[in-house]
Amino acid sequence: MKDALGSVQSVLVLGGGSDIAAATVRELVRRRARTVVLAARDPQSLQVTADELRAAGATTVETLAFDARDTASHDAFVADVFDRAGDVDLALFAFGVLGDQEEAEHDGRAAVDIAEVNYVGSVSMAVPIAQRMRTQGHGTIVAMSSVAGERARRSNFVYGSSKAGMDAFFQGLGDSLVGTGVRVMIVRPGFVHTKMTHGMDAAPLSTTPEAVADAIVRGLARNRETVWVPSQLRYVMSVLRHVPRPVFRKLPI
Amino acid sequence: MTEPRLDRTALLTGWSRTAPTAARVVEVHDAADVDANLAGAGRRGLIVRGLGRSYGDAAQNAGGVVLDATTLAGFHEIDVERGVIRVDGGVSLEAIMRTMVPLGWFVHVTPGTRQVTVGGAIAADVHGKSHHVDGSFANHVESFVLHTPKGTQTVTADSDPELFWGTAGALGLTGVIAEATIRLLPIETSMIRAENLRCPDLDSVMALMAEGDDDHRFSAAWIDCLATGASLGRSVLSRGDHATRADLPKKLRRDPLRFAPKALVPAPPWAPNGLLNRLSVAAFNEFWYRVTPSLHGHVESISSFFHPLDGVKDWNRLYGSYGFLQYQYVVPDDAHDAVRRSIEMLSEARAASFLAVLKRFGPGNPGPLSFPQPGWTLALDIPATVPGLAELLDRLDQLVADVGGRVYLAKDSRLRPELVPVMYPELDRFAELRARVDPTRVLQSDLQRRLCLP
Repeated sequence: MKDALGSVQSVLVLGGGSDIAAATVRELVRRRARTVVLAARDPQSLQVTADELRAAGATTVETLAFDARDTASHDAFVADVFDRAGDVDLALFAFGVLGDQEEAEHDGRAAVDIAEVNYVGSVSMAVPIAQRMRTQGHGTIVAMSSVAGERARRSNFVYGSSKAGMDAFFQGLGDSLVGTGVRVMIVRPGFVHTKMTHGMDAAPLSTTPEAVADAIVRGLARNRETVWVPSQLRYVMSVLRHVPRPVFRKLPI
Repeated sequence: MTEPRLDRTALLTGWSRTAPTAARVVEVHDAADVDANLAGAGRRGLIVRGLGRSYGDAAQNAGGVVLDATTLAGFHEIDVERGVIRVDGGVSLEAIMRTMVPLGWFVHVTPGTRQVTVGGAIAADVHGKSHHVDGSFANHVESFVLHTPKGTQTVTADSDPELFWGTAGALGLTGVIAEATIRLLPIETSMIRAENLRCPDLDSVMALMAEGDDDHRFSAAWIDCLATGASLGRSVLSRGDHATRADLPKKLRRDPLRFAPKALVPAPPWAPNGLLNRLSVAAFNEFWYRVTPSLHGHVESISSFFHPLDGVKDWNRLYGSYGFLQYQYVVPDDAHDAVRRSIEMLSEARAASFLAVLKRFGPGNPGPLSFPQPGWTLALDIPATVPGLAELLDRLDQLVADVGGRVYLAKDSRLRPELVPVMYPELDRFAELRARVDPTRVLQSDLQRRLCLP
């Protein structure tokens, strides 16, 4: 169960290999979480994080194979996790691909792959998870969106559009779940220094996985619906959202 | 068998308004309703709920059934000679006082609110300002009718001591209390002869309580948790006894058993978040400490002495939408240092507590989950938004556990489950009882899941 200060006891992490996911689940275990299910395409890659979580006090840590593209398997996967873990207090949607914008602009398959993982995969997993949480009468879905989804930029609009779709989906899902005890918190980080962004030029207001984890935990305690990391991005984006397109597309962002 | 009626799905919280979860709330009107619901509860089980004054998640059951017992609220027998009443579990202490005080009887134990049901009072084994004399609520219960998944029985402390005491403090996890027979205390008047003593620091208030509590039926101190340094723990000690006729001023003697609590003033339906912050609470504390005269021998009404907050309907809303946390511990009599250290920690954290109350408990009862044990108990409420609150309370838990103390589960909303068997060492006895009366675990609650209770 969640407690009065937003701590949870059992967590499902989709995309458990990501740096943000690892930092977040470490923080949750440091508080109260004892049961953790880490899921990723290659479960072997989760061993280090799993051992770390056990050492930090988690009593049950499982690693499972999960492929966001294989939507046919998702219902069964969710049923299996909930049957095994009992209640899932929190599901963290942390999978996603950045893709290669250059390639995606010219190769339809590459663009579809980004859309499939980031958008279709999220939708396909979120529906059965929300359904199970509705039945258990409580639960929190934390969706890792991105500032890129707030307004798609010329420089990475394929990724941006997939996050925009995902973000909009989770907003609607959250609204549909009001009164069920289940809630959705959308996290919109800016540039985060991770494996995924390694070697890229950092954007202004860049942040770290630990800062994102910290913001998530604080957002949970305060029942936030949306969390920006760093929080100033909320104001930056509310300006950028209204910049006229001829200007916006020329901005060096 | 009648089908359990699925009245409505509702989002429920405790009085602190934190951690909402959804459940099917079913009104019960008679014993058959209770049994039908126990039989048809389903996989997520059932818990009974009264007036919802448990601060945390004791009367919530996410995805399951929550029985609303407040509709089960009849009086069955009133024995005015012996001062014994038999009432439904959903009868409130308010209703008992309104009926019985004019007849010259009062409850032995009243918590800080009258808005609790008899079933809830037993299930939380509530205590009041008279604990050092009267013990807790279950000590004055002659018998109760308990509906368990394994059947219904009338339980007394002699007929089935394990079930009787195991139900006291078990927060509904042994069954549904449909009816209870309780012993009352004879009173000559409805007034309390009270005195307030200002104490400049913690040592002085603790010394005064240790020496003087035995001379008074009621004793509790309000502590200013924001005072620091030499004033750490400065407090106002309030003591009292039931007033005799002779204690009353002439005007009140004509109708000495009058019980007419003032109508409720509602709190605004919304309050700005942060209304109760460190500055406003500090100002209130300063004011309260300064204006409280060291009164000797004045008389107060029952509602003003025991239930000051009952005058404000929904006062819990004053904390804003994030809610608040109530925290109460008890540590043994010799653990003075732990009390001091805890107040230091609160004072250092600048955690504004609007209400911090210190009291000395007398002996506890045999209930494995009953909270009171001899020693010092401190109760606080703190806005849920105080930075670092989770860590602060975790450190307080550890301090309390280390000296053999415990926290009050009826108020808890965030204890680390690992500490439950440390604080309640007879948890195994409770587990055996659960295996006996509820082997398939029909009785479940959010608190039970969160604290991994057996």
